[in-house]
Amino acid sequence: MEHFALWLAAFLTLGIISFLYKDNAWYKLTEAIFVGLSAGYWFVTLFWDNFYGKFWIGKGEHAYLYVGAFLGLLMLLRLIPKIGWISRWPLSFIVGATSGLWLINYFSSNIMKQVQATIFPLFSSQYGAGFDAGAATVIGNLVIFLGTFTGLVYFFFSKEHKGAFGYTAKVGIWVIMITFGASFGYTVMSRMSLFIGRIDFLLSDWLGMIL
Amino acid sequence: MRLPAILDRKACAAFFVVLIFLFLLVPNARSQGQAVKPDSIGRAISPDSLSPDLYPQAATRVEAIDTPNDAGESISISWKKSIDDYDGGKVKVYRIYRAEVVNGQPGEFKEVGDIPAGHDKYSFQDGNTVDGVEYFYKVLAVNQLRENNIATWEAVSETLPFGPIKSSAQWFDWRRINAFIGVIILSFFIIYFIQQAKSGKELFIRKIAGMEAVDEAVGRATEMGKKIYYVPGLSDMDNMQTIASINILGRVAELSATYETYLEVPVCRSMVMITAKEVVKEAYSKAGRPDTFQEDQVHYLTDDQFGYAAGIDGMVVREKPATIFYMGTFYAESLILAETGNSIGAIQIAGTAMPSQLPFFVAACDYTLIGEELFAASAYLSKEPKLIGSVKGQDIGKGIMLAAIVIGIILETFNIWNFSRLFSVID
Repeated sequence: MEHFALWLAAFLTLGIISFLYKDNAWYKLTEAIFVGLSAGYWFVTLFWDNFYGKFWIGKGEHAYLYVGAFLGLLMLLRLIPKIGWISRWPLSFIVGATSGLWLINYFSSNIMKQVQATIFPLFSSQYGAGFDAGAATVIGNLVIFLGTFTGLVYFFFSKEHKGAFGYTAKVGIWVIMITFGASFGYTVMSRMSLFIGRIDFLLSDWLGMIL
Repeated sequence: MRLPAILDRKACAAFFVVLIFLFLLVPNARSQGQAVKPDSIGRAISPDSLSPDLYPQAATRVEAIDTPNDAGESISISWKKSIDDYDGGKVKVYRIYRAEVVNGQPGEFKEVGDIPAGHDKYSFQDGNTVDGVEYFYKVLAVNQLRENNIATWEAVSETLPFGPIKSSAQWFDWRRINAFIGVIILSFFIIYFIQQAKSGKELFIRKIAGMEAVDEAVGRATEMGKKIYYVPGLSDMDNMQTIASINILGRVAELSATYETYLEVPVCRSMVMITAKEVVKEAYSKAGRPDTFQEDQVHYLTDDQFGYAAGIDGMVVREKPATIFYMGTFYAESLILAETGNSIGAIQIAGTAMPSQLPFFVAACDYTLIGEELFAASAYLSKEPKLIGSVKGQDIGKGIMLAAIVIGIILETFNIWNFSRLFSVID
């Protein structure tokens, strides 16, 4: 059985990789298996984890789970066209509740912490240390400050990017693009390691060519 | 009964001297602490045989308070270190014991944690309390010899119990007051500008290149007689990017209905499918073409990330849509999708606030909405006062942040004030 699973995994891996050549019947088969199997897998997982694992088992202890179950039930009213509009209520609840819940978290992590991390003495290693920083640190500090400043200016939408403001925004988009370039290279390398992982599976686990 | 010959008078006298000595010694030991059995057997020295010199002085000033700014179920204990707590001193570790109150007195004490010695200040958070239940705490200063991670003996001195104290939840976490004030200020500006927009004042929003290209992209699909694909990303309706994406979908659907171009929306979340269906249906009605809306225009593929990517890739290479939109949250599948779309020559417009995926969209797509542009795009497209006012309000917020950064850097560079403290937040 283990042998069969190994061969099946190799067959499916090669099927997916065959897409690099062109769309073909092998890829179509593999794609259909992947999509169908994963959809089924997620259905079963969500059913047992959420409906059974959380609601069915926990409903006795936590009465608030009935609220979630009720909202879920309202979603199913879409199946009855006449009252299908009621299914918008749970949707509204999810969107509204999520916005409220995340507001403070996003404000803290995306604004407060970022601003705090950008405020530092330009010419010293830490606050109160005087002017003790080396040239490399000073350059690094200036890059962070100017990069953040100009990058933020680019994201102003209510003022036209003209004149000095426009030039600043242009510097900002350059900073962003350079960052993207660095990020691109870094991520490509990590994707290469994923690809090497699959090749390693084929050559060592399946073919036994690498011991 | 006759005593053995060895116990003569001198021996008896010596025996009583030893007894008196021990009698004097034991209270002395008790005043310093009490011996406990080591947590191992084997070469353990009997506690009774420990020299009084091994017992450390107890910690002092034990205090326990209900942990402030928390959701309850926690008590914070602090104490002043023992005078024997120094480098090479007798105290090796402090143990914290807790007892529930029984008839106003501490019941049986049980260990709730320990902290190694060697610090100037000590505090411990007992995060395993039951709100409303009263407890007593005491701290044990422990001297011990450990061999192979096992204590061979321990000499312990304990403080008097402190209490009773009980834990409770607080309504406000005062450590987050700065974030609260920030949100209030930002909300004020957003609401103010929404009111301004509603009252008819025209608020300017600069051009967003990606959104300018929407008409062109839909028109191209119409001319070629091919489909438009709209991919709303991996996240569910509890993600702001998905919500922004659905707003943009409304505009794209309206255009495609107007031009009678088939729009297909493959999704990977059931909630997104329901919402997207509603939005597309409404857009078709708004465009005066409700009859052309088809239920399966918006369809589910799978919740699985790469299953979803494989499915879309297959559809893209087989049906060769003229235009593809990627708007929402994307992860590692972003380049797989964008590269496939690029390979068939589709015009591609992407938008996401995922910093790690933006480089791939920038590289493989014709237009990319970077970060906040995705959120501003829906306002730009709809021209709705609520959205435009909100964008303007957020710009004011950004202006305040920029000012704060500049002022903060000046103050900190010239060592005037540690300004960044104002933005310190806890997780």
